[in-house]
Amino acid sequence: MKTGMMHARAAARQARSRKESKKVPAIGTPQKIEHWELRLYVAGHTAKSLAAFANLRSICEEHLAGEYHIEVIDLLKNPQLAKTDQIVAVPTLVRRLPEPIRKIIGHLSDTEKVLVGLQLRPRGLEGK
Amino acid sequence: MSGVAGKKQKTKKSPGIELAKCPTGIAGLDEITKGGLPRGRPTLVCGGAGTGKTLLAMEFLVRGALEYDEPGVFISFEEAAEELAKNVESLGFDIERLSKQKKLAIDYVHVERAEILETGEYDLEGLFIRIGYAVASVGAKRVALDTIEALFAGLSNDFILRGELRRLFRWLKEKGLTAIITAERGTDTLTRQGLEEYVSDCVIVLDHRVVDQMATRRLRVVKYRGSSHGTNEYPFMIDEHGFSVLPVTGLSLEHLATSERVSSGILELDAMLGGKGYFRGSTILVSGTTGSGKTSVAAHFADAACRRGERCSFFAFEESENQILRNMSSIGLDLKQWVKKGLLQIKASRPTMLGLETHLVTMHKEIAGFKPRNVLIDPITDFEAAGTHGDAKAMLLRIVDFLKARQITAVFTSLTAEDSAPGSTDMGISSLIDTWLLLRNLEQGGERNRGLYILKSRGMAHSNQIREFVLTDNGAKLIDVAIGPDGILTGSARVAQQAKEAASDVVRQQAREAKRQSLAHKRTALQARLKALQAELDAETQTFEMEIKQEGLREQRAQAERLRLAEWRTAKAKSLKLAKGGAK
Repeated sequence: MKTGMMHARAAARQARSRKESKKVPAIGTPQKIEHWELRLYVAGHTAKSLAAFANLRSICEEHLAGEYHIEVIDLLKNPQLAKTDQIVAVPTLVRRLPEPIRKIIGHLSDTEKVLVGLQLRPRGLEGK
Repeated sequence: MSGVAGKKQKTKKSPGIELAKCPTGIAGLDEITKGGLPRGRPTLVCGGAGTGKTLLAMEFLVRGALEYDEPGVFISFEEAAEELAKNVESLGFDIERLSKQKKLAIDYVHVERAEILETGEYDLEGLFIRIGYAVASVGAKRVALDTIEALFAGLSNDFILRGELRRLFRWLKEKGLTAIITAERGTDTLTRQGLEEYVSDCVIVLDHRVVDQMATRRLRVVKYRGSSHGTNEYPFMIDEHGFSVLPVTGLSLEHLATSERVSSGILELDAMLGGKGYFRGSTILVSGTTGSGKTSVAAHFADAACRRGERCSFFAFEESENQILRNMSSIGLDLKQWVKKGLLQIKASRPTMLGLETHLVTMHKEIAGFKPRNVLIDPITDFEAAGTHGDAKAMLLRIVDFLKARQITAVFTSLTAEDSAPGSTDMGISSLIDTWLLLRNLEQGGERNRGLYILKSRGMAHSNQIREFVLTDNGAKLIDVAIGPDGILTGSARVAQQAKEAASDVVRQQAREAKRQSLAHKRTALQARLKALQAELDAETQTFEMEIKQEGLREQRAQAERLRLAEWRTAKAKSLKLAKGGAK
């Protein structure tokens, strides 16, 4: 878990420094100043979990550069967390901050849906 | 060596042998399933809302933990652990303590559709991990999933869900966990989501129906792969001790039958029943119209039973305990002393207060707890008020079977309508009854008196006569009725008839006396005549004998005369000869 977290942070930092100059403001993101705390629950290093992580990172990079923090939790290593965080399906992405808690399950391939799920985009614009 | 032993064990567990079973510990359910649920396999329990699915699942785990040393895991999809613990606390299950003792783990799986968004593929590995973790934490052998269908409400991808459920059940089997999976009943299918397709080893359906405003709970084992099982619908109830199923529709007819006899409590009735009373373990029905003394007959039996030092349970549905005690003391039966001594237990309740099943289970529990050798139910007809005719009959059948299996002598009373035929089978249960006493009101001469007769009594010689049943201050008495010109006479008519008979007896006696006297006179006269005749005869005989004597004497004399004459003649001739010779 720790390693995953570090990894995500480092990636974020990298991405930030790389993309700082040409950062485009995301559409409909008034909470930009807030800090985003995301947790990704996976079960082992499966193709699905890797895909989910890659998808998540790229979405965050694009829309939340510098303001997010991803924690990857491997339930095989920490099974007790499945109970405390009410995880049923994997992979599950939990938006812990900002409140309220939102959960997105699946390998996050549909970027639009993820953005809606994270409330980075109002539901009405989903189809756009 | 050990290898050989292992092989031997393996051959012993060949698949031909009955399936391994996991006892539920739930009263009655293990009897229906002949040992319990299939061990190491999932069992589906389905039923509508409020039928007791959660409770059945929870009791399975609690009993497993307490009685069979098999810890369990309860995965709840509907209620939080605290709620669940509180709900079953009223049934005597201390979930908190079991959790602390590591005998039970509860995990509340909460899936809220509103806060979940699905993007792309996923699986339920999270759930697997949670179950696996909970199972490992207590070393569980039993698992309950209540109600897994809630997942269908929380997640929209049916395709994935179904695949994952199939995998879940397979996974449970692989782990050798005996599982109960609860599911809501669907409109046409057993379960709303067709779970019976996935869990097909054992399916139990719970039902809670209302017929004639009476709610009854029923359980049915729809399917049990690889095992025989009772297929009927069995009533069950949920009370402060949990779940209990009643598998007592006479699974077998193998009651023992003793020839031991027990007194009915009424001396004359015993005499009518071959002099010894009822058979122990038999079922006696006392039927009659209102006020014919049914309860009194039953109470006499209770009194006699307690006098023998046996326990007796009295289930009253019309009178309260105090009422019974007071009323019976008026006919000289002191039942209170037996209550005080703990030999008699009176349970009074209104039949409509509970459903039939509840009555049945209450009785079962009462009898199992108190262990009486005798049971009274007064009256059985009231059960019809608590259910339909058919239900009431089925229930009685169950009671009779239950009591017979325990060799309990039972006296039922039954109310018959005033105008019904005397032998009409009140509840259609006559065939279940061993001894049937009928009490009748006999109206005659401006009076109403009670008559009792034995309609049948299996396996013993019994009187065919109608007796008058009289309740005195010292208990019930049976009196021989008087037979008058118009049939039997009871009450004052009987007394009158008896007086009349007594009077005519006197007259007859006098006549007899007179006859006897005249006979004596006659005899004296005849004897006198006899004497005279004898004297005459004696005289005759004397005369006759004298004559014979004289005749003899005469004969002798004549003989002598003849001899003398002959001699004389011979002498004369000699002298002549002598004279002739001298002349020559």
